[in-house]
Amino acid sequence: MSNAVMEPGTLVQEPEAHNPVEPFLRMERIPHIWCPGCGIGTTVNCFARALMNAGLNTDKVAVVSGIGCSGRVAGYVNLDSFHTTHGRAIPFATGLKLANPELTVVVYSGDGDLASIGGNHLIHAARRNLDIKVICVNNLVYAMTGGQTAATTPVSSTTATSPYGTFEPTLNLPQLLEAAGATYIARWTTYHVKQLEKAMTEALKHKGFSFVEVLSPCPTLFQRRNHLGDGLATMKFYKEHSQTKHGASTADTGLTKEGDIVVGKFVVKEREEYIEGMTRHFTEHLGRPFEFKVRTC
Amino acid sequence: MAKGFVKIVAERCKGCGFCVEFCPTHVLALSSAFNQKGYHPPYVSEAEKCSGCDLCGMYCPDFAIFGKRYPVGGTHAR
Repeated sequence: MSNAVMEPGTLVQEPEAHNPVEPFLRMERIPHIWCPGCGIGTTVNCFARALMNAGLNTDKVAVVSGIGCSGRVAGYVNLDSFHTTHGRAIPFATGLKLANPELTVVVYSGDGDLASIGGNHLIHAARRNLDIKVICVNNLVYAMTGGQTAATTPVSSTTATSPYGTFEPTLNLPQLLEAAGATYIARWTTYHVKQLEKAMTEALKHKGFSFVEVLSPCPTLFQRRNHLGDGLATMKFYKEHSQTKHGASTADTGLTKEGDIVVGKFVVKEREEYIEGMTRHFTEHLGRPFEFKVRTC
Repeated sequence: MAKGFVKIVAERCKGCGFCVEFCPTHVLALSSAFNQKGYHPPYVSEAEKCSGCDLCGMYCPDFAIFGKRYPVGGTHAR
Protein backbone atom coordinates (compact mmCIF):
# COMPACT_ATOMS: atom_id res chain seq x y z
CA MET A 1 0.00 0.00 0.00
CA SER A 2 1.60 3.22 -1.11
CA ASN A 3 1.24 6.14 1.25
CA ALA A 4 3.78 8.38 -0.45
CA VAL A 5 2.90 12.07 -0.24
CA MET A 6 2.16 13.51 -3.69
CA GLU A 7 1.53 16.94 -5.06
CA PRO A 8 -2.08 17.95 -4.36
CA GLY A 9 -4.24 17.32 -7.36
CA THR A 10 -1.93 14.71 -8.90
CA LEU A 11 -3.95 12.35 -11.01
CA VAL A 12 -3.66 8.75 -9.92
CA GLN A 13 -4.95 6.09 -12.25
CA GLU A 14 -6.89 3.46 -10.37
CA PRO A 15 -4.25 0.77 -10.38
CA GLU A 16 -4.72 -2.76 -11.55
CA ALA A 17 -4.88 -3.65 -7.91
CA HIS A 18 -4.82 -7.18 -6.61
CA ASN A 19 -5.80 -8.53 -3.24
CA PRO A 20 -2.67 -8.31 -1.06
CA VAL A 21 -3.33 -11.85 0.17
CA GLU A 22 -3.21 -13.41 -3.30
CA PRO A 23 0.59 -13.95 -3.42
CA PHE A 24 0.22 -16.16 -0.34
CA LEU A 25 -2.48 -18.36 -1.86
CA ARG A 26 -2.58 -20.99 -4.55
CA MET A 27 -5.14 -19.06 -6.55
CA GLU A 28 -5.87 -21.96 -8.90
CA ARG A 29 -7.52 -23.71 -5.92
CA ILE A 30 -9.75 -20.74 -5.04
CA PRO A 31 -12.76 -20.68 -4.49
CA HIS A 32 -12.19 -22.86 -1.46
CA ILE A 33 -14.52 -25.44 0.03
CA TRP A 34 -15.37 -23.58 3.25
CA CYS A 35 -19.05 -22.81 3.83
CA PRO A 36 -20.56 -19.33 3.56
CA GLY A 37 -20.13 -17.69 6.96
CA CYS A 38 -17.22 -19.89 8.01
CA GLY A 39 -14.37 -17.93 9.59
CA ILE A 40 -11.38 -19.99 8.48
CA GLY A 41 -10.79 -17.77 5.41
CA THR A 42 -10.70 -14.76 7.73
CA THR A 43 -7.97 -16.41 9.80
CA VAL A 44 -6.02 -17.10 6.59
CA ASN A 45 -6.22 -13.36 5.76
CA CYS A 46 -4.77 -12.56 9.18
CA PHE A 47 -2.09 -15.20 8.77
CA ALA A 48 -1.01 -13.85 5.36
CA ARG A 49 -0.74 -10.34 6.78
CA ALA A 50 1.12 -11.65 9.82
CA LEU A 51 3.64 -13.31 7.50
CA MET A 52 4.12 -9.98 5.73
CA ASN A 53 4.50 -8.13 9.06
CA ALA A 54 6.92 -10.65 10.51
CA GLY A 55 9.17 -10.15 7.49
CA LEU A 56 10.01 -13.84 7.20
CA ASN A 57 11.49 -15.41 4.11
CA THR A 58 8.52 -17.42 2.87
CA ASP A 59 10.86 -20.05 1.44
CA LYS A 60 11.73 -20.86 5.05
CA VAL A 61 8.17 -21.13 6.34
CA ALA A 62 6.36 -24.45 6.33
CA VAL A 63 2.72 -25.01 7.16
CA VAL A 64 1.65 -28.37 8.55
CA SER A 65 -1.97 -29.22 9.10
CA GLY A 66 -4.01 -32.21 10.04
CA ILE A 67 -7.42 -33.36 8.89
CA GLY A 68 -10.44 -31.14 9.04
CA CYS A 69 -11.80 -27.97 7.54
CA SER A 70 -8.92 -25.94 8.99
CA GLY A 71 -6.54 -28.62 7.77
CA ARG A 72 -7.37 -27.52 4.23
CA VAL A 73 -5.30 -24.39 4.84
CA ALA A 74 -2.14 -26.33 4.02
CA GLY A 75 -3.51 -26.90 0.53
CA TYR A 76 -4.45 -23.28 -0.07
CA VAL A 77 -1.37 -21.41 1.13
CA ASN A 78 1.41 -20.84 -1.37
CA LEU A 79 4.11 -22.07 1.01
CA ASP A 80 5.79 -25.39 1.59
CA SER A 81 3.04 -27.30 3.27
CA PHE A 82 2.11 -30.75 4.40
CA HIS A 83 -1.34 -32.21 5.00
CA THR A 84 -0.91 -34.96 7.56
CA THR A 85 -3.04 -37.70 9.05
CA HIS A 86 -5.74 -36.93 11.60
CA GLY A 87 -4.39 -35.48 14.83
CA ARG A 88 -0.75 -35.96 13.84
CA ALA A 89 0.12 -32.50 12.58
CA ILE A 90 2.33 -31.77 15.60
CA PRO A 91 4.40 -34.99 15.35
CA PHE A 92 5.11 -34.20 11.69
CA ALA A 93 5.92 -30.61 12.58
CA THR A 94 8.25 -31.81 15.35
CA GLY A 95 10.16 -33.96 12.90
CA LEU A 96 10.29 -31.16 10.36
CA LYS A 97 11.62 -28.68 12.89
CA LEU A 98 14.27 -31.05 14.24
CA ALA A 99 15.40 -32.12 10.80
CA ASN A 100 15.55 -28.54 9.55
CA PRO A 101 15.83 -26.16 12.51
CA GLU A 102 16.08 -23.04 10.35
CA LEU A 103 12.49 -23.47 9.18
CA THR A 104 9.65 -21.58 10.81
CA VAL A 105 7.13 -24.36 11.28
CA VAL A 106 3.50 -23.38 11.60
CA VAL A 107 0.86 -25.92 12.57
CA TYR A 108 -2.49 -24.72 11.28
CA SER A 109 -5.33 -26.95 12.29
CA GLY A 110 -8.62 -27.23 14.06
CA ASP A 111 -9.67 -28.01 17.61
CA GLY A 112 -10.86 -31.52 16.76
CA ASP A 113 -7.55 -32.36 15.14
CA LEU A 114 -5.17 -30.64 17.56
CA ALA A 115 -6.91 -30.90 20.90
CA SER A 116 -9.19 -33.92 20.64
CA ILE A 117 -7.57 -36.54 18.41
CA GLY A 118 -4.05 -35.14 18.77
CA GLY A 119 -4.34 -33.76 22.30
CA ASN A 120 -1.43 -35.79 23.60
CA HIS A 121 0.93 -34.44 20.94
CA LEU A 122 -0.16 -30.89 21.73
CA ILE A 123 0.63 -31.34 25.42
CA HIS A 124 4.05 -32.84 24.80
CA ALA A 125 5.14 -30.29 22.20
CA ALA A 126 4.23 -27.59 24.75
CA ARG A 127 6.07 -29.48 27.51
CA ARG A 128 9.23 -29.62 25.39
CA ASN A 129 8.82 -25.96 24.39
CA LEU A 130 9.61 -26.90 20.82
CA ASP A 131 9.86 -23.85 18.59
CA ILE A 132 6.69 -24.37 16.55
CA LYS A 133 3.76 -22.03 16.10
CA VAL A 134 0.36 -23.60 16.56
CA ILE A 135 -2.73 -21.86 15.20
CA CYS A 136 -5.85 -23.63 16.40
CA VAL A 137 -9.06 -22.64 14.65
CA ASN A 138 -11.62 -23.56 17.28
CA ASN A 139 -15.12 -24.03 15.91
CA LEU A 140 -16.17 -26.06 18.98
CA VAL A 141 -17.01 -29.20 17.02
CA TYR A 142 -15.56 -31.80 14.63
CA ALA A 143 -16.73 -29.99 11.53
CA MET A 144 -15.57 -31.83 8.43
CA THR A 145 -16.54 -35.26 9.69
CA GLY A 146 -20.14 -34.22 10.31
CA GLY A 147 -20.36 -32.19 13.51
CA GLN A 148 -19.58 -34.74 16.22
CA THR A 149 -18.85 -33.76 19.83
CA ALA A 150 -15.21 -32.75 20.33
CA ALA A 151 -13.25 -32.22 23.54
CA THR A 152 -13.82 -28.47 23.14
CA THR A 153 -17.60 -28.62 22.65
CA PRO A 154 -19.34 -26.53 25.35
CA VAL A 155 -21.65 -28.29 27.79
CA SER A 156 -25.29 -28.72 26.65
CA SER A 157 -24.56 -28.14 22.96
CA THR A 158 -26.42 -30.28 20.47
CA THR A 159 -24.15 -32.09 18.03
CA ALA A 160 -24.44 -35.05 15.65
CA THR A 161 -23.41 -37.46 18.42
CA SER A 162 -25.28 -35.73 21.25
CA PRO A 163 -28.86 -35.04 20.12
CA TYR A 164 -29.86 -34.40 23.77
CA GLY A 165 -26.92 -32.10 24.41
CA THR A 166 -23.40 -32.78 25.63
CA PHE A 167 -22.79 -33.34 29.32
CA GLU A 168 -19.03 -33.85 29.28
CA PRO A 169 -16.90 -31.08 30.77
CA THR A 170 -15.10 -28.96 28.19
CA LEU A 171 -11.37 -28.75 27.63
CA ASN A 172 -10.01 -25.24 28.18
CA LEU A 173 -7.09 -25.03 25.78
CA PRO A 174 -5.21 -21.99 27.19
CA GLN A 175 -5.29 -23.50 30.68
CA LEU A 176 -4.17 -26.90 29.42
CA LEU A 177 -1.27 -25.40 27.50
CA GLU A 178 -0.16 -23.10 30.27
CA ALA A 179 -0.01 -26.10 32.58
CA ALA A 180 1.92 -28.03 29.92
CA GLY A 181 4.44 -25.21 29.56
CA ALA A 182 3.65 -23.25 26.39
CA THR A 183 5.43 -19.89 26.30
CA TYR A 184 3.03 -17.83 24.18
CA ILE A 185 -0.74 -18.26 24.51
CA ALA A 186 -3.34 -15.95 23.00
CA ARG A 187 -6.99 -16.30 22.11
CA TRP A 188 -8.99 -14.17 19.70
CA THR A 189 -12.08 -14.64 17.58
CA THR A 190 -12.58 -14.14 13.87
CA TYR A 191 -14.21 -10.80 14.73
CA HIS A 192 -10.91 -9.46 16.15
CA VAL A 193 -8.99 -9.44 12.88
CA LYS A 194 -6.47 -6.72 13.75
CA GLN A 195 -5.69 -8.22 17.13
CA LEU A 196 -5.43 -11.66 15.58
CA GLU A 197 -3.01 -10.39 12.95
CA LYS A 198 -0.87 -8.90 15.72
CA ALA A 199 -1.02 -12.07 17.82
CA MET A 200 0.00 -14.21 14.83
CA THR A 201 2.87 -11.82 14.07
CA GLU A 202 4.05 -12.07 17.68
CA ALA A 203 3.70 -15.84 17.63
CA LEU A 204 5.76 -16.07 14.42
CA LYS A 205 8.52 -14.00 16.04
CA HIS A 206 8.37 -15.75 19.42
CA LYS A 207 11.02 -18.32 20.24
CA GLY A 208 9.38 -21.37 21.74
CA PHE A 209 6.00 -23.05 21.64
CA SER A 210 3.41 -20.46 20.60
CA PHE A 211 -0.30 -21.15 20.65
CA VAL A 212 -2.95 -18.90 19.12
CA GLU A 213 -6.53 -20.06 19.53
CA VAL A 214 -9.05 -18.51 17.15
CA LEU A 215 -12.74 -18.96 17.76
CA SER A 216 -14.52 -19.33 14.45
CA PRO A 217 -18.16 -19.84 13.53
CA CYS A 218 -19.28 -23.17 12.09
CA PRO A 219 -22.67 -22.11 10.74
CA THR A 220 -23.38 -25.43 9.09
CA LEU A 221 -22.74 -27.84 11.93
CA PHE A 222 -22.55 -26.01 15.24
CA GLN A 223 -24.56 -22.79 14.97
CA ARG A 224 -27.38 -24.36 12.96
CA ARG A 225 -27.88 -27.35 15.29
CA ASN A 226 -27.79 -25.06 18.32
CA HIS A 227 -30.09 -22.41 16.83
CA LEU A 228 -27.42 -19.74 17.10
CA GLY A 229 -28.03 -18.19 13.70
CA ASP A 230 -25.62 -17.98 10.80
CA GLY A 231 -21.98 -16.94 10.53
CA LEU A 232 -22.78 -13.25 10.63
CA ALA A 233 -24.93 -13.65 13.77
CA THR A 234 -22.01 -15.45 15.42
CA MET A 235 -19.62 -12.65 14.45
CA LYS A 236 -21.99 -10.16 16.07
CA PHE A 237 -22.13 -12.40 19.13
CA TYR A 238 -18.32 -12.36 19.29
CA LYS A 239 -18.40 -8.58 19.01
CA GLU A 240 -20.85 -8.18 21.87
CA HIS A 241 -19.70 -10.94 24.20
CA SER A 242 -15.92 -10.77 24.02
CA GLN A 243 -14.01 -9.41 26.97
CA THR A 244 -10.41 -8.48 26.31
CA LYS A 245 -8.30 -9.39 29.33
CA HIS A 246 -4.60 -9.44 28.60
CA GLY A 247 -2.70 -11.50 31.11
CA ALA A 248 -5.89 -13.03 32.51
CA SER A 249 -5.54 -16.18 34.57
CA THR A 250 -6.08 -19.00 32.08
CA ALA A 251 -8.24 -20.75 34.70
CA ASP A 252 -10.88 -18.08 34.03
CA THR A 253 -10.94 -18.49 30.27
CA GLY A 254 -13.27 -21.47 29.95
CA LEU A 255 -15.79 -21.39 27.11
CA THR A 256 -19.51 -21.88 27.53
CA LYS A 257 -22.18 -22.19 24.89
CA GLU A 258 -23.62 -18.70 25.11
CA GLY A 259 -21.53 -17.04 27.80
CA ASP A 260 -18.89 -14.35 27.52
CA ILE A 261 -15.64 -15.14 25.77
CA VAL A 262 -12.41 -14.05 27.41
CA VAL A 263 -9.94 -13.03 24.71
CA GLY A 264 -6.45 -11.59 24.85
CA LYS A 265 -2.84 -12.48 25.25
CA PHE A 266 -2.70 -14.67 28.31
CA VAL A 267 0.86 -15.95 28.59
CA VAL A 268 4.17 -14.63 27.28
CA LYS A 269 7.25 -15.97 28.97
CA GLU A 270 10.76 -17.10 28.25
CA ARG A 271 11.83 -20.68 28.79
CA GLU A 272 14.61 -22.80 27.37
CA GLU A 273 13.70 -24.03 23.91
CA TYR A 274 13.99 -27.75 23.07
CA ILE A 275 17.03 -27.67 20.77
CA GLU A 276 18.79 -25.17 23.08
CA GLY A 277 18.09 -27.45 26.04
CA MET A 278 19.43 -30.46 24.17
CA THR A 279 22.61 -28.58 23.22
CA ARG A 280 23.16 -27.38 26.79
CA HIS A 281 22.52 -30.81 28.29
CA PHE A 282 24.86 -32.73 26.00
CA THR A 283 27.57 -30.07 26.22
CA GLU A 284 27.48 -30.48 30.02
CA HIS A 285 27.41 -34.24 29.99
CA LEU A 286 29.78 -35.03 27.14
CA GLY A 287 32.33 -32.50 28.30
CA ARG A 288 32.80 -31.10 24.78
CA PRO A 289 30.83 -28.64 22.64
CA PHE A 290 27.79 -30.33 21.21
CA GLU A 291 26.08 -29.12 18.09
CA PHE A 292 22.70 -30.51 17.15
CA LYS A 293 22.87 -31.76 13.58
CA VAL A 294 20.74 -34.12 11.61
CA ARG A 295 22.74 -36.70 9.73
CA THR A 296 21.68 -36.83 6.11
CA CYS A 297 22.68 -39.69 3.89
CA MET B 1 -13.96 12.71 -1.44
CA ALA B 2 -13.05 9.08 -1.21
CA LYS B 3 -9.69 8.33 0.34
CA GLY B 4 -9.64 4.85 -1.12
CA PHE B 5 -11.60 2.28 -3.05
CA VAL B 6 -12.76 -1.30 -2.75
CA LYS B 7 -12.52 -3.93 -5.42
CA ILE B 8 -14.96 -6.83 -5.45
CA VAL B 9 -14.62 -10.17 -7.23
CA ALA B 10 -18.32 -10.99 -7.26
CA GLU B 11 -17.94 -14.54 -8.60
CA ARG B 12 -15.82 -15.55 -5.62
CA CYS B 13 -18.29 -14.19 -3.06
CA LYS B 14 -20.44 -16.48 -0.89
CA GLY B 15 -22.64 -13.73 0.47
CA CYS B 16 -21.75 -14.09 4.17
CA GLY B 17 -22.19 -10.33 4.71
CA PHE B 18 -19.14 -9.83 6.96
CA CYS B 19 -17.83 -6.94 4.84
CA VAL B 20 -21.20 -5.16 4.77
CA GLU B 21 -21.68 -5.52 8.52
CA PHE B 22 -18.21 -4.56 9.68
CA CYS B 23 -17.28 -1.79 7.20
CA PRO B 24 -16.53 1.13 9.56
CA THR B 25 -17.88 3.75 7.15
CA HIS B 26 -20.79 1.70 5.74
CA VAL B 27 -19.66 1.80 2.13
CA LEU B 28 -21.09 -1.55 1.10
CA ALA B 29 -24.52 -3.13 0.73
CA LEU B 30 -25.62 -6.59 -0.34
CA SER B 31 -26.83 -6.63 -3.92
CA SER B 32 -30.20 -8.10 -4.85
CA ALA B 33 -28.58 -9.66 -7.92
CA PHE B 34 -27.12 -13.15 -7.87
CA ASN B 35 -23.67 -14.27 -8.89
CA GLN B 36 -23.11 -17.50 -10.84
CA LYS B 37 -23.21 -19.64 -7.68
CA GLY B 38 -26.46 -18.06 -6.50
CA TYR B 39 -25.12 -15.81 -3.76
CA HIS B 40 -25.78 -12.09 -3.32
CA PRO B 41 -22.43 -10.31 -3.59
CA PRO B 42 -21.91 -6.85 -2.07
CA TYR B 43 -21.73 -3.68 -4.11
CA VAL B 44 -20.31 -0.25 -3.38
CA SER B 45 -23.29 1.89 -2.41
CA GLU B 46 -21.46 4.95 -1.04
CA ALA B 47 -18.08 5.07 -2.73
CA GLU B 48 -17.19 8.55 -1.52
CA LYS B 49 -17.17 7.36 2.11
CA CYS B 50 -14.49 4.72 1.53
CA SER B 51 -11.29 5.27 3.46
CA GLY B 52 -9.50 2.31 1.86
CA CYS B 53 -8.82 0.77 5.27
CA ASP B 54 -9.00 -2.81 3.89
CA LEU B 55 -10.97 -4.09 6.88
CA CYS B 56 -13.38 -5.68 4.36
CA GLY B 57 -10.39 -7.49 2.89
CA MET B 58 -9.38 -8.77 6.31
CA TYR B 59 -12.87 -10.04 7.11
CA CYS B 60 -13.68 -11.61 3.74
CA PRO B 61 -13.28 -15.39 4.15
CA ASP B 62 -13.41 -15.86 0.38
CA PHE B 63 -10.68 -13.36 -0.63
CA ALA B 64 -13.34 -11.70 -2.81
CA ILE B 65 -12.96 -8.08 -1.70
CA PHE B 66 -10.23 -5.73 -0.59
CA GLY B 67 -9.74 -2.04 -0.04
CA LYS B 68 -6.87 0.19 -0.98
CA ARG B 69 -5.99 3.72 0.02
CA TYR B 70 -5.14 6.32 -2.61
CA PRO B 71 -1.73 7.94 -2.27
CA VAL B 72 -1.89 10.98 0.02
CA GLY B 73 -2.69 14.14 -1.93
CA GLY B 74 -3.69 12.29 -5.08
CA THR B 75 -7.08 12.24 -6.73
CA HIS B 76 -8.18 9.42 -8.91
CA ALA B 77 -9.54 9.02 -12.40
CA ARG B 78 -12.54 6.76 -12.75
